[in-house]
Amino acid sequence: MKELMLGNKAVARGLYEAGCCFVSSYPGTPSTEITEEAAKYKDKIYCEWAPNEKVAMEAAFGASLAGKRAFCGMKHVGVNVSADPLFTMSYTGVNAGLVIGVADDAGMHSSQNEQDSRHYAIAAKVPMLEPSDSNEALLFTKTAYEISERFDTPVMLKMCTRISHSQSVAETGERQESEREYKKDISKYVMMPGMAKRRHPIVEQRTLDLISYAEESPLNRIEEGGSGRIGIITSSTSYQYVKEVFKDSVSVLKLGIVNPLPDKLILKFASMVDDLYVVEELDPVIEEHCRALGLKVSGKDRLPVTDEFSQNLIRNAFGMDVPESMSLPDEIPNRPPVMCSGCPHRGLFYTLKKLKVTVLGDIGCYTLGAVAPLQTIEMTLCMGASISSVHGFNKALGKESEVKTVAVIGDSTFMHSGMTGIANIAYNQSNSTVIILDNSITGMTGHQQNPTTGLNIYGDPAGKIDLEALIKAMGIERVRVVDPYDLKECEEVISEELSVSAPSVIISRRPCALLKYVKPKAPLQVDPEKCRGCTACMKIGCPSISMKDKKARVDETLCVGCNVCSQLCAFDAFYTTGGEV
Amino acid sequence: METKNIMIVGVGGQGSLLASKLLGHLLLSEGYDVKVSEVHGMSQRGGSVVTYVRYGDKVFSPVIDKGEADYIVSFELLEAARWLPYLKKGGQVVTNIQMIDPMPVITGSAEYPEDLVEKMEAYGFRVDAMDCLKLAGEAGNIRSVNLVLLGRLSRYFDLSEDKWMEAIEAVVKPKFADINKKAFYLGKNAT
Repeated sequence: MKELMLGNKAVARGLYEAGCCFVSSYPGTPSTEITEEAAKYKDKIYCEWAPNEKVAMEAAFGASLAGKRAFCGMKHVGVNVSADPLFTMSYTGVNAGLVIGVADDAGMHSSQNEQDSRHYAIAAKVPMLEPSDSNEALLFTKTAYEISERFDTPVMLKMCTRISHSQSVAETGERQESEREYKKDISKYVMMPGMAKRRHPIVEQRTLDLISYAEESPLNRIEEGGSGRIGIITSSTSYQYVKEVFKDSVSVLKLGIVNPLPDKLILKFASMVDDLYVVEELDPVIEEHCRALGLKVSGKDRLPVTDEFSQNLIRNAFGMDVPESMSLPDEIPNRPPVMCSGCPHRGLFYTLKKLKVTVLGDIGCYTLGAVAPLQTIEMTLCMGASISSVHGFNKALGKESEVKTVAVIGDSTFMHSGMTGIANIAYNQSNSTVIILDNSITGMTGHQQNPTTGLNIYGDPAGKIDLEALIKAMGIERVRVVDPYDLKECEEVISEELSVSAPSVIISRRPCALLKYVKPKAPLQVDPEKCRGCTACMKIGCPSISMKDKKARVDETLCVGCNVCSQLCAFDAFYTTGGEV
Repeated sequence: METKNIMIVGVGGQGSLLASKLLGHLLLSEGYDVKVSEVHGMSQRGGSVVTYVRYGDKVFSPVIDKGEADYIVSFELLEAARWLPYLKKGGQVVTNIQMIDPMPVITGSAEYPEDLVEKMEAYGFRVDAMDCLKLAGEAGNIRSVNLVLLGRLSRYFDLSEDKWMEAIEAVVKPKFADINKKAFYLGKNAT
């Protein structure tokens, strides 16, 4: 059956059809929907959100070891977290097929960097497949399991924002079950020096075998076109841009297996054309491989290493005309993403700004605390870095920073990699203050459950980690809980915990305003008689509040009645009819 | 057939994903190759969002580039103006006249440009602008702006109304079908 399908949904369908039984992932844009869609095949595929990508990958490895086809999905930076098991799983190989889905984010639509995951496949010596639309996403997922079992290796399936989040037509098929028995094999699965030494040559031979496979695989194909003068090697979404611009006027070597690369096929293609080009987003991986083969090739001399491509970018790079385009002469103000109306993070960040606190931040919706007008967060690096870094910051500067520096981290990010940072604070004793922004959900990626929410991926009751008990058990005696809608309480508690000579954790607890079970209250209104137009309420950057004719105005379609703004008003101008909507 | 391009633009959270889903369903059932490219993640938090819908005999790129869009369907007036450079020469804008202040305007560091519809027309853009929020309210739910816009867009398509109705029924939850159909007609027939 043919269906219009999101690329990530097509991967999930491929998992289903390939007989995958186990999925463990950590959410991350643009990879998240693979696991959410796989969870819809509840009868056939067990799915879970793991605390982080390392745990997810090891869980998937365990399922593969046990004999069930397994999958683990993540965004590009998740591979950094799970690189440890990845590199050694390359040595152990698999039992049942194991596929690792990784979604890159060229253009950084929702990421902190735009690293190129192909380097990981090369470094870990595992094969990597790269689909260019939804139909290929489905097909390649199934092929990945065949490769995994035939060559005894985990296989990486590389997606990117434009493939993951584009719908195109995919043809679905039936599910085929596939299981293997678990057999004890110490020399294969226990990677200690003596055994790993014997596995490494096997890995090297496997790469040679995979190159031979890649030479013949239909996933790599030559599409002859034009007079054969121009030849372009490409893959993924870049292939689509090349075809969009050149149609059949050039020859194309379309690579579906991007590691290892097929040397003979590349040389054959090069011999068919006069001028050879490589069109690939991010790093010149294929291009440098061509150079190593002694080929004269053009690529990054005309195409950027940064950002994503588009058809006009290709047209420009090849000296072709781009379509005419017009705009208005007016300056169009930017519309950056903002914290939503009623976001529980807003009140807390306002308080931190008021107290002139240095804030080391983390990854999540609350990273928006770095943008105007709050502009409170001064550092964001990677998952968990807020806590580890505040310790180092305070150790470096001592008392002077201990009284005015905090780390802020979300509940999901804390479970992902905040606990080890707390262990370091508790163990090596810095008087650091950590604020956990507990909105009871993984927010930015679109509301996934996590170990603190008490629900699993299916929304069914699950184990619930008690943050207060956990932090106390780790040796932090001062644990406080505040309601971020209560500005007075926030200010008192933060001031107190910064001033004491002991490490402390403040849990700012209030569920995300977008959660279905959070019922909005009646929107606030402004009494124009009382409003003096002082703009004090504008300091929190709420999208519901604007100034019209020198008076504050609340957009009643957006306001959820959180009441934070009214606590800033010295003239009692805000009022509400009360109650829930 | 040469590939046709529709851009659906708006502010994160306005419901543009349903509009693109409906268009995708409709165009696929007409036998076209279709690609729909969406935005998820950070930009959804009140930022400027864009969805690309492309259809034809064979569609390659999932995105629409500057100067390529046959239609820009906008949920918000400033967003229509923002994405104008993507419009093809002679392309059509279908826009809601609702204005939502972006954060730089709220904080006072920028101004929301005035008289955008008039300016767009003065610069030769073909603009079909209407108060979709009001019409959606008349249909019974202010969240049906997307169907008001699609109803308006349908005037530029050579497709029978039945086809649109079938697509609405296929994509929208049954209990909202009537409201959405009403919104579609209000958008289509508004003067």
